[in-house]
Amino acid sequence: MRDNMGDHSHGGPNDTGTVAKAGPGPLDTFQDPGLPPHRKRLADTDPRAEKRAERQVAWLFVISIIGTLSFFIAYFVIGRTDSISALRTQNMLLGLGTAFAMLGIGVGIVHWAKTLMPDHEVSESRHEIRTEADRQDAAKIIGDVIEETGIKRRPLIRNTIIGAIALAPIPAIFMFRDLDRTGATAGQIVDRLRYTMWDKGVKLVRDPSGTPIKASDVQIGSTFHVIPEGLSETEHPLNEKAKAVVLLMRLDPGKMNISPGREDWHYNGIVAYSKICTHVGCPVALYEQQTHHLLCPCHQSTFDLTQECKVIFGPAGHALPQLPITVDSEGFLVAQSDFTEPVGPSYWERG
Amino acid sequence: MSTATEFQAKTRTGRIADFVDQRVGGSTMVKEFGRKIFPDHWSFMFGEVALYTFVILLISGTFLTFFFDPSMAETHYAGSYNPLRGVEMSVAYASSLDISFDVRGGLFMRQVHHWSALLFVASVSVHMLRVFFTGAFRKPRELNWVVGGVLLILSLAAGFTGYSLPDDLLSGNGLRIIDGVVKALPLVGTYISAFLFGGEFPGTAIIGRLYMLHIMLVPALILLMVAMHLFMVVVHKHTQYPGPGRTEDNVVGFPVGPVYAAKAGGFFFIVFGVVALISGFFTINPIWNYGPYDPSPVSAGTQPDWYIGWVDGALRLMPGMLGNFSFEWIIPFPWGANTLVLNVLLPALVPAIVLLGLMFAWPWIERWVTRDDREHHILDRPRNAPFRTAVGVAGVVFYSVMWAAASSDLVATHFLVSLNDVTYWLRALFFLGPVIGFIVTRRICLALQRKDRDIVLHGREAGIIEMSPEGGFSERHEPLDEYKRYRLVAFDSPDVVPAQPDAVGHISRAEKRRGALSRLFFEDRVAPVTPEELAEAHAHHGHAAVEGGEKAQIGH
Repeated sequence: MRDNMGDHSHGGPNDTGTVAKAGPGPLDTFQDPGLPPHRKRLADTDPRAEKRAERQVAWLFVISIIGTLSFFIAYFVIGRTDSISALRTQNMLLGLGTAFAMLGIGVGIVHWAKTLMPDHEVSESRHEIRTEADRQDAAKIIGDVIEETGIKRRPLIRNTIIGAIALAPIPAIFMFRDLDRTGATAGQIVDRLRYTMWDKGVKLVRDPSGTPIKASDVQIGSTFHVIPEGLSETEHPLNEKAKAVVLLMRLDPGKMNISPGREDWHYNGIVAYSKICTHVGCPVALYEQQTHHLLCPCHQSTFDLTQECKVIFGPAGHALPQLPITVDSEGFLVAQSDFTEPVGPSYWERG
Repeated sequence: MSTATEFQAKTRTGRIADFVDQRVGGSTMVKEFGRKIFPDHWSFMFGEVALYTFVILLISGTFLTFFFDPSMAETHYAGSYNPLRGVEMSVAYASSLDISFDVRGGLFMRQVHHWSALLFVASVSVHMLRVFFTGAFRKPRELNWVVGGVLLILSLAAGFTGYSLPDDLLSGNGLRIIDGVVKALPLVGTYISAFLFGGEFPGTAIIGRLYMLHIMLVPALILLMVAMHLFMVVVHKHTQYPGPGRTEDNVVGFPVGPVYAAKAGGFFFIVFGVVALISGFFTINPIWNYGPYDPSPVSAGTQPDWYIGWVDGALRLMPGMLGNFSFEWIIPFPWGANTLVLNVLLPALVPAIVLLGLMFAWPWIERWVTRDDREHHILDRPRNAPFRTAVGVAGVVFYSVMWAAASSDLVATHFLVSLNDVTYWLRALFFLGPVIGFIVTRRICLALQRKDRDIVLHGREAGIIEMSPEGGFSERHEPLDEYKRYRLVAFDSPDVVPAQPDAVGHISRAEKRRGALSRLFFEDRVAPVTPEELAEAHAHHGHAAVEGGEKAQIGH
């Protein structure tokens, strides 16, 4: 590669001269005519054009300087501001200042290169990436090195070092076991996905205000975003909330198709379903009153409320779990128990 | 090494340069690189954009780390953005708001960082498409293609880990989707999810962990890969487009000093300027509108950053149920039932494995089918490799269908069509689109090749209509000059290599398969014009003879 680096000087602006015209190659293909003749630019022949290009480049650099200065104006004159519109203006001016500062330099240099620096293409030879002589030398060196270690003749050393090296990194894998900071055993890691905060008698309260809900407040067509009472007093409210959020709606009991065993899970047509999509866990936030469909805005899984939130469209693979509810003595909605199946996305151990 | 005529620098700069030179061997490097030749073409700039946006990412990212606090501890916001004052949120989200509202130029830097991240992944992708469609991945550059593929994956990793850091509602829902996908992995999913989040989702560990990955591990790997990538570019020297004077044995272009260095160096400032302009005028990721992460709310029409879209789209396209059949397959084992969540696993893994697998393997597939062990430094014009170009377009269509699916809800609301219909159409296109893309592209390539032949044989349409003495009209065709002609005739058109028997005369099954693929690749090939054909065309001055010759050559 190196010994060839001197080859650039042959080319002049009029004749690149560096491309060897191909000799008589195979006759069934066209001969390479070599590089096309170099065409001079205006700035190569006209001193006034050259001067003009020089001034243009200098102006571009001046524009850059102005850009940098205007950055400071935006930074200090607008300064620290509490006003969103002033912040927006500042951001715009900082952008403009930086853009002019950078584009001035960039366009200036490129313009300089294109108009004033030599523009004739030159050619350089490629070289073999690996020569056969080098390969033989290297092979001999490696052969000698291996021979000197004697590893081929000493299988005892070879086998024990392979064993040692294979074993040594394994502790590094086990080191990651405590990435789970809860100290849970493998069984507990799986088990905790089955349970949420809901339990017998836990009040359904509004998210985020935490006020309990009277059955009489829930009209047909209305939707409540519900959390269990006492959520904010738990150790990890977000973790609990991520499993326990519930949607509460009221249906005409005549429209509900209730499967055996769930007859008393609703209260006068008021039903509670897990809000966590069984696909990959987004909140199922959209309720279409007319069709009684629940729609997940992330991947459009659609659940039919009249069919116990069965999947009727989209990528979810099973129905939203239903929370059995009833009312307490004061008429507030409460849970009868926890969910009877794990909420949220499916996983291997879910069964 | 003492000689009587030891070099003495005359100027102060010269003495400093000489001091360094004697200790690091700078002269050798200048000799090596000072006049190294780089070919010039606009399509070579995509790789440069990728490199420069990465530099901008390092600069702006470093600035952001001085102010960002990746803690998930709860705090009450007390900064200057009124609508959120007093709201409970994580420290990470609060410090992201502070960067936006209480650090002068912080919002600008956030936008520069986010826009250059989007541009970085885009330019890496487009650069890879350029390399694919021009055949630049062929020997000796296969390994550099693999390094490029690894860089693409790393750029996605860098993007996603960074996207999640502000701990806003949008990115939190993105993390929850990741959690859902991880949990779907058979056997290990539940545990990986627990390890990733330090317990149950969302926990208090994930932002700090992603932060470490985002500012240390992933960028370090990217830097390493970039170094390897550029090292190999130096070893191989750059490819060049076919044309007069360009051969497999030379490299024609501009020397590093001064022209190439000026153009490439200047281009860095242009890229930076464009990013700054975009960042000044176009809001990206306005986290203050989303609010802090809360597992209950989500806004409709949410989308991930563009480069995650194809995976999100695949998740949307997959049906979870077909009638009463659920893709959540419950397998009864003796110890109890386990669930194989195919409705998540298939879309999350299969398209990615197919696309990335084909991408990494393609140089070897092509090498095997063509039995071509030569080095290639001259690029293919995409039309001159119809099969490869068609495969590439099929891949692009496949990707684009999934990408479009990530906007299925927005397509439905903007064009007032049924969301379900959009999904059904995209499901059909998922399978048909690549096939249609393949067939159409191949025909277009072959047609363009025939047009090239036509131009070489008949000359270029001059736009001048001539009337013959008999009153007939015809357009004058002007012959090409030899430089333009050479560009249209100097290409390799690999022929079908039928299955070859081995040393004992046996044709293995793999070899038969290769022969069949070779026929599929090249049976429709269009050969470049030969000098005889041109001479014949000139001698006959008529269409009939030309067509005849063409038929004989195109054949099959």
